[in-house]
Amino acid sequence: MQSTYIYDHVRTPRGKGKPDGSLHEVTPVWLASRPLVALRERNGLDTRAVDDVVYGCVVPVGEQGGNVGRMAVLQADFDQSVPALQINRYCGSGLEAVSFAAAKVMGGQADLAIGGGVEMMSRVPMGADGGAWAQDPQVAHKTYFIMQGISADLLASLRGHSRADVDAYSAESHVRAARAWAEGRFDKSVVPVQDFLGLELLGRDETIRPGTTVDSLAALKPAFTEMGEKYGYDSVALQRYPQVEQIHHIHHAGNSSGIVDGAAAVLVGNAEAGSRLGLMPRARIRAFAAIGSEPTLMLDGPALAARRALARAGMQASDIDLWELNEAFASVVLTMMEELKIPHERMNVNGGAIAMGHPLGATGAMILGTVLDELERTGKQTALISLCVAAGMGSAMIIERV
Amino acid sequence: MTTNPGNIIRYTVDADGIATLMIDYPGKTMNVIDLAFMDGLSACIEQIRADEQVKGAIITSGKDSFVAGADLMGMEANIDKMAGLPVAELVEQCGSLSRLLRRLETCGKPVVAAINGMALGGGFEICLASHYRVASDAPGLTVGLPEAQVGLLPGAGGTQRLPRLLGIIAAMPYLMEGKQATAKQALKAGMVNEVVPAAELLAAAKRWLLDQPTAVQPWDVKGFKIPGGNPLDPRVAPAFVVGNTMVQAKTFHNMPAPLAIQSCLYEGCMLPIDKALRLESKYMAELSRGPVARGMIRTLFVNKGKAEKGMHRPAGIAPFTCKKLGLIGAGMMGAGIALVAAQRGIKVVLIDRDDDTAAKGKGHAEKVLARLVEKGHQTREKADAILARITPATDYELLRDADLVVEAVFEDRAIKAEVTRKLDAVLPAHCVLATNTSALPITLLAQASRNPERYIGLHFFSPADRMPLVEVIRGKQTSDDTLARALDFIGQLKKTPIVVNDSPGFFTSRFIGAFVDDCLGMVAEGIAPALIENCAKHAGMPVGPLAITDELSIDLAKHAGEAQAREFPDTYKQGRSVPVIKQLFELGRMGRKVGKGFYDYDAAGKKQLWPGLAELYPQREVQPSAHDLKQRILYVQAVEGARAMEAGVLLAPADGDVGAILGVGFPAYTGGPFCFIDGIGLSAFVAEANRLADLFGEQLRPPQLLRDMVSRGQTFYGPTARH
Repeated sequence: MQSTYIYDHVRTPRGKGKPDGSLHEVTPVWLASRPLVALRERNGLDTRAVDDVVYGCVVPVGEQGGNVGRMAVLQADFDQSVPALQINRYCGSGLEAVSFAAAKVMGGQADLAIGGGVEMMSRVPMGADGGAWAQDPQVAHKTYFIMQGISADLLASLRGHSRADVDAYSAESHVRAARAWAEGRFDKSVVPVQDFLGLELLGRDETIRPGTTVDSLAALKPAFTEMGEKYGYDSVALQRYPQVEQIHHIHHAGNSSGIVDGAAAVLVGNAEAGSRLGLMPRARIRAFAAIGSEPTLMLDGPALAARRALARAGMQASDIDLWELNEAFASVVLTMMEELKIPHERMNVNGGAIAMGHPLGATGAMILGTVLDELERTGKQTALISLCVAAGMGSAMIIERV
Repeated sequence: MTTNPGNIIRYTVDADGIATLMIDYPGKTMNVIDLAFMDGLSACIEQIRADEQVKGAIITSGKDSFVAGADLMGMEANIDKMAGLPVAELVEQCGSLSRLLRRLETCGKPVVAAINGMALGGGFEICLASHYRVASDAPGLTVGLPEAQVGLLPGAGGTQRLPRLLGIIAAMPYLMEGKQATAKQALKAGMVNEVVPAAELLAAAKRWLLDQPTAVQPWDVKGFKIPGGNPLDPRVAPAFVVGNTMVQAKTFHNMPAPLAIQSCLYEGCMLPIDKALRLESKYMAELSRGPVARGMIRTLFVNKGKAEKGMHRPAGIAPFTCKKLGLIGAGMMGAGIALVAAQRGIKVVLIDRDDDTAAKGKGHAEKVLARLVEKGHQTREKADAILARITPATDYELLRDADLVVEAVFEDRAIKAEVTRKLDAVLPAHCVLATNTSALPITLLAQASRNPERYIGLHFFSPADRMPLVEVIRGKQTSDDTLARALDFIGQLKKTPIVVNDSPGFFTSRFIGAFVDDCLGMVAEGIAPALIENCAKHAGMPVGPLAITDELSIDLAKHAGEAQAREFPDTYKQGRSVPVIKQLFELGRMGRKVGKGFYDYDAAGKKQLWPGLAELYPQREVQPSAHDLKQRILYVQAVEGARAMEAGVLLAPADGDVGAILGVGFPAYTGGPFCFIDGIGLSAFVAEANRLADLFGEQLRPPQLLRDMVSRGQTFYGPTARH
């Protein structure tokens, strides 16, 4: 197996995923092409050297449909010889895209590849792709489908997380994200987004609220109470978890990931391609893994995926210096910290999606770069990136600086 | 006139070339669909098709109603065989009416349904397959597709044509819940095209045929689109998302019919009509071979009907009408019975120890009727007439001309005996004396009476004005005449009787007792209370066992147990629940009425399991699986039902099944304990009961009766039935 290195990483800032969001006016293909343009320009890349581009996208319909990766490659003026594909492992897509690109390199079928992702949630809303899971009666029954927010509340109920627990974690996410921006910790990777005239639309993540406190969050109403109680989701959840007396609805907009627009890309390759093109390896990809778990609870996958990746790498949890887990819901992060005994000081040290948002198909590639930057800044060696994934899955990757 | 096989449909053609198919099933009060009917209809369709004189056809009925649907009685007799058919054959059989109706709507000539009366199930599906529907304004006319209520789906195109006519979302309640529509509602919804006075029905049908007929259904026109959008349309898809969840929340994955209907809608509405109809037949086959439809048809339709028609009524006894009813005890039960009797036109004397108490009993009727008037369900005049029939009183002398007396005083033998003696002093010789009791032995109570042969047990369920069941308990000396009169009286009340022999707890109390006793025993075993409650609900019980005990109250449960021990010192076995009940009693946690029992209740009535319960009974580290607990909850009741059968308490499995579902909340999808056992198969049931007994205790051990039935290859119903 070929050793595979990360040569570079770029991401867009995350724009509020609503019509008044700063990125809303550009198309998904335009946004998807920005990280590719940046990778080419920063590295003086002859794009003919890129064997493949893998892009994650979770709602690949409408203007984000077809194969948004190939459109982004062409929009970015890559050489037409560069192919691309679009993949979907729900929220794990961005990380999986990097894994797939790396796997091609590891397997000796590519020398240089790009993994990344895009999601413009302001223009192609969640659920716009329909799908059998919730709609097809047979599938919904077989899987005991519930909305993901109810799953988060179920997870919290099972693990005994209180509203105060999840709000405290969330307030800290905003504090950390604000500090990271203030100290310029994201500067290395974030490329401002410009429109076709070159006018800048957005240079920083748009949804951070530095003044957020446990008290300010306490004012928010739980988001899933009505859905759970009136529309039967709580009942379906209890049918899978009858040991739970009732679901405590504690998640709300302030302790769940934000809806945003964004894109990211990661350049990976073998040593030979790097030296041929004059690229400096920043980290080696040690291992990656995906798992499936019970689909109703849905969100307990990160620890399982992390354990599988650690086993593949022959590592222990204690070998990991920094952990990056997508903040889909606060209880997801609390659960993983409990499961793997991770101190909060090593988890999501620069905040996460609760503060900065979760552009579904791009997030995995974004947080991979965020933690790589942090390893370099702090002189640490190893990091594990993971995400919980809809329908009961999890994705994880371990990187190590070289 | 041309005839057809079986003479079920009279076929005539008039001078204008209009054929009339007059459905008039000989020897039946209502037209039902069976094989003979389908042969007749098929012959008519071929005649319409072949006869060049025929320009169009009218389908109507010679009865008051149009067609009442499938012949469920006939279906019940065959349903055990159906389950064993090779699946391809079953699909063909399930689709036979569907294919016939497809042939009707593609016969090339316009067909109009002239709906003269109630058209349900297959009857309404005939109308849907017609090119035009005219309904009469006859009062009481309803149309609908109620198949879901017996665990089936509308299998002759109903799940496909209705959404193509109304739109998917509008069709859902008619299909999923079996909602019925009056002529007016049907017109508004688009289920019929026209409503006309009854006398003009056939003329209106003919007018359409002569004026503007079409012989092509909208869904056979190229480019047809379902009104409101197909299942994936953003206007429609959310209804599936919500519906899928609500079906699970309501049925706990126990009822296959609502899911099958949803799937017919979702998958079928994306297919061209012929493939869609075929899919519907496949889902129908799936339901037909499963135990749920079999049990529900058998118990909720066929056997319930037989019970109401007096299957245990001794023959040769003149019909009895109760004109004047005496009720002793104006508490909840007495007041409820008084109300329902007065609503059925019976004069009621409601007696209690003082005027205030008696008046309070009548007050219940006043309250219920006022609510009905307020909601517009009843006129003030009718309500007043009902109230005028109830006379609250204290004087037994008013019962000198009573036809039947129900004594509903406190469940205590001495108190009941005293009332019986007082009644004996005034009642006329022909008057039936019924005692309302849930557990006291009738034969013993009858000893207080000078004429024990007119003494009988009538176990009503609370609230008596709403619960449909009455358990009739025959004492050793109860005469045939008394039994017949009691059953006729229950018929007057429009309630469903089951008849059982005298024995501790009769059938229903002993049956539900097994459930509650075992579940309270689980608490002592250290099984998590939330798990017990949820598993009971998920198995289909209407209320969790701990919640139900809190409702009844801990002191009442304790009293009932002690009474049983006192009354039956020889046979009484202390239940597993007794120590738990005692423990809560001693802690003063008497149940909901004091705000604390197994649950804590807040001021708003919201409840949460009492956390102290888990400390009182240390929780098992490894809890049993939900699957095993749900099995345990169903099996402990089914095994108790089999014991009651073995002990001769039940006259027939039908009484047990109807009683368990209508009386004490055994889940309807099972069809009752005996349908449940049959559905699993005797041998598999015995094996599973033994497994559960090894895990959880002897209360689950199957009795000899079941083991004997296994060795003899018997079932409770069908061709191998033990009776």
